[in-house]
Amino acid sequence: MKRRTFLTVAGAGAATLAAPSLLRAQSAVRIGLITTLSGPGGYIGADIRDAFNLAVEMEGGKLGGVPVQVVVEDDGFRPGQGKTVAERMLRNDGIKLLTGIVFSNILGATLPDILDADAIYVSPNASPSNFAGKECHKNFYSIAWQNDTLHESAGQVAKELGHKRAFILAPNYQAGQDALAGFKRMFGGTIVGEQYTRLDQTDYAAEMAAIRAANPDVVFQFHPGGLGIAFLRQYAQAGLIGRVPMVVAAPSLDHTTLKAVGDVADGLWVSSHWNVDFDNAANKKFMAGFTQKHNRTPTYYASQSYDTALAIAAALQQTKGDIKPENFRTAMVKADFASVRGAFKFGPNQHPIQDWYALKAGKSASGEMQIVTQRKVLTAHGDIYAPQCKL
Amino acid sequence: MHDPFKFSGKALIAIAILIAALVALPFIAKAVGLPATTPLATRLLIYAIAAGSLNLVLGFGGMISFGHAAFYGVGGYTVGILFQHVRIGEPLFGFIPGTEQFLIAVPAAILVAGAFALLIGALALRTSGVQFIMITLAFAQMLFFLFVALKRYGGDDGLIIRRRNALFDLNMRDDLTFYFVVLIVTIGFYLLLWRIAASRFGMVLGAIRQNERRVAALGIAVYRYKLAAFTIAGMGAGLAGGLVANYARFVSPDMLHWTKSGELMVMVILGGAGTLLGPLFGAFALVTLETLLSGWTERWQLFLGPILLLIILYFRGGLSGLFKFIGGGGK
Amino acid sequence: MSLLFVEQVLNGLQLGVMLFLLAAGLTLIFGIMGIINLAHGSLYMVGAYAGSIAASATGSFLLAVPAGLAAAAVTGLAIEYLVIRKLYDRDHLDQVLATYGLVLLFNESISLIVGRQPLFVGVPPALSGSIEILPGMTFSVYRLTIIVAGLVIAAGLYALIQRTRLGMLIRAGATNRDMVRALGVDIKLLYTLVFGLGALLAGFAGVMAGPLLSVQVGMGEQILIMTFVVVVVGGVGSIRGALFGAIVVGLVDTLLRAFLPQLVRGLLADPSEADQLSAGLASMGVYVLMAIVLLWRPQGLFPARS
Repeated sequence: MKRRTFLTVAGAGAATLAAPSLLRAQSAVRIGLITTLSGPGGYIGADIRDAFNLAVEMEGGKLGGVPVQVVVEDDGFRPGQGKTVAERMLRNDGIKLLTGIVFSNILGATLPDILDADAIYVSPNASPSNFAGKECHKNFYSIAWQNDTLHESAGQVAKELGHKRAFILAPNYQAGQDALAGFKRMFGGTIVGEQYTRLDQTDYAAEMAAIRAANPDVVFQFHPGGLGIAFLRQYAQAGLIGRVPMVVAAPSLDHTTLKAVGDVADGLWVSSHWNVDFDNAANKKFMAGFTQKHNRTPTYYASQSYDTALAIAAALQQTKGDIKPENFRTAMVKADFASVRGAFKFGPNQHPIQDWYALKAGKSASGEMQIVTQRKVLTAHGDIYAPQCKL
Repeated sequence: MHDPFKFSGKALIAIAILIAALVALPFIAKAVGLPATTPLATRLLIYAIAAGSLNLVLGFGGMISFGHAAFYGVGGYTVGILFQHVRIGEPLFGFIPGTEQFLIAVPAAILVAGAFALLIGALALRTSGVQFIMITLAFAQMLFFLFVALKRYGGDDGLIIRRRNALFDLNMRDDLTFYFVVLIVTIGFYLLLWRIAASRFGMVLGAIRQNERRVAALGIAVYRYKLAAFTIAGMGAGLAGGLVANYARFVSPDMLHWTKSGELMVMVILGGAGTLLGPLFGAFALVTLETLLSGWTERWQLFLGPILLLIILYFRGGLSGLFKFIGGGGK
Repeated sequence: MSLLFVEQVLNGLQLGVMLFLLAAGLTLIFGIMGIINLAHGSLYMVGAYAGSIAASATGSFLLAVPAGLAAAAVTGLAIEYLVIRKLYDRDHLDQVLATYGLVLLFNESISLIVGRQPLFVGVPPALSGSIEILPGMTFSVYRLTIIVAGLVIAAGLYALIQRTRLGMLIRAGATNRDMVRALGVDIKLLYTLVFGLGALLAGFAGVMAGPLLSVQVGMGEQILIMTFVVVVVGGVGSIRGALFGAIVVGLVDTLLRAFLPQLVRGLLADPSEADQLSAGLASMGVYVLMAIVLLWRPQGLFPARS
């Protein structure tokens, strides 16, 4: 009795899991989008999903003239769940083209399976250094950036602003350590203080006191999402906001966190490869479509995901819907699409070579907080890991 | 006295049916076009080992350990680090050679996790009650932060294990082969648990849970028994960790986080703490629930929370209680 | 250097006060009812959310405080009535699982109702900026306010516990639960009151944390574990222990983060390796502290039950 109940439940479960695959249109190329929709990072996943779907809708359910079906699943912000979802997509549904993952630890758990199944992964965000260098793979493309370049560009901004003495902080984990290394690589000045914070820390009082004591010209900090909100607020409360300028990379201040910090971000410098005000046709089309449909300002995560869809579209158009890795690759590496960030091409490791800009947060005429593009700081900038990649 | 670990004929038949179902599962999965069920079932079996090992301290021993994931993570990292040293071709600490042999790496995972459990247990068991819950949590968090800070082995991003460990000349990359390896280990592990539970050691452990003072008054060294159970449980978790490292080909500090310890506890309690097969069903139920709910809606936690709550409030003894409620008795 | 040290001590004190607000309720609920409530952090989250929403709707932080308190208290009483009541005579295991279910439910409900974006709540203008406490040392007015408010509440709680009939019952309940029951006290009412009080304090901590931290889903779990550490270090069921434990934990955590890097840098050649190591050690600090305290005094520093 009892075991049978179980097996029935499991059987029913298996049937429901199969259901989506029975509903699909036969000829469509299916794209698996695994992303983080629950937990504090949930807003990022929502942006990635919405922007990708927007690109598909704009073409009337197609990408590059080829009908596509986007299968979205939540990884629950857990590596194990991400892996299980990928297995299901690869094995049960026979999906051969995947995208969507936000966080590098989930990518680490999921990517080996995808590559082993000879499927293609196009990353709209997570791009840790190992996949750009020694572990690079012909089926892995990053449309976002290589992690270090985010912070190299911030170092460049700090240097161009004429600062000499920097105090730098990041959480004590891989991405945080890479961030500080990346900043130092470009900054070239003296580092008067370097502090690692804790990943679950939300009170930075001790760090604020240390910054004040060190009295630097500029502060660089990398605290994505909620951590960054807390950091910025406390920076203001410590009376540092007017005294010591701050430079951050894009993840520490996106258009969602900007709302949550409010006036505190006034005068903050941000380095980024994209901004809402970029003056090109592709970006105008994206901004109009996204804000009209979702009634919110897209984050740069959304812009990357939209670009991902465009890049896939360009490749599908050339291969006429063929996603066999070798044929797809020939088309994909050309990056023959109009990116919302302007210039875009792939380096030898299939990571972007792109321009970086200095942006500044401030109040608009109507008193709203906004982020305005100031100037270009790096042109056609690749990453330092490319030489280690043998493709 | 009624022996709770003697199975009636009916129960034995049920267990035989269960094993037969598990053996048939991958073939059925393939036949109905759902091959991903096999790796999912592999993960379930591994969780069943982890939850079963926790049940030894939680259910049989009455020690509420809130840091069991630490041993699971240590086991996983043992396999990962040993493999890493094969790849970079230099020995660990300068003298321990790396290995990619299943029969060396997984036992190493068991031993290393057991050593940690012995050390942590020796300290933690000086306390009891709420303090014990918290001190086990504290030690697990220490280890969690240690692995987050270990940049050499990937830190927070985790460590990718390129290939599964080699076992004889089996094709371990094949889902089916790996499933059966895990299934055999799981069956062996549960047989061992059953023997432990039914042995004198298991009886003493149960007596300690019911009345520690009386057992101590009989002149039995309570602390030693508890420590032995805690260490064996740690070894079991290390085994599960070593298997999961092979299954996922990836380990990360996430494995040691307190939420993972919580998840293992949920499995044990959900299935019915102190019953032999409870953790197996608990693991099965929780993962199935999560998979189903997250397949339906991204708001899956909105349903999972109340489901857990209702099971606890209205069916004592978790699923075992629920089965009793439905089937009218029989362990 | 010494001025910096004073400032860091104040920072530690502020963290300690926040932890105390949460630990006070938790320790009473632990001590008197024997309940392990993982959802205590959810009450803190509810307080923070209600406070932020009220503040942004009305533009006044003064209204955020009663809104946060009311929301947390109502939620707390509802939890007690619907769930916790059924758990009094269960073992810790069932309590852990049931309240874990509550945590999932709360997190997902909040993100369903409010959305996944973190919320913004500003520091009230009257409390923004910094003041000079000592010559050459400034400190955030808002943080100072938290310290003062927390210490006032601690004093109030002390008076409540030591000087009132309710406090006497609470103390009695923490020392010997069965005896209080045998004396014919309406134990159900007492439990509800204590739980409500704990929820109020947690809600207040949430409101105060709003302008400092990021108000987001899951904020409760981050601080919950630290709070448990405080409760166990201080001794279950003791308000005095909770205060002492919170301040010790707050100071240890803050001072380690502040000064350990310099110490370790002196020992290791490579500065970035030293920083990573010291950050790792600093994060383990409070757990090491707890382990040491428990090994030395298994019941914590000021246990209610001797």
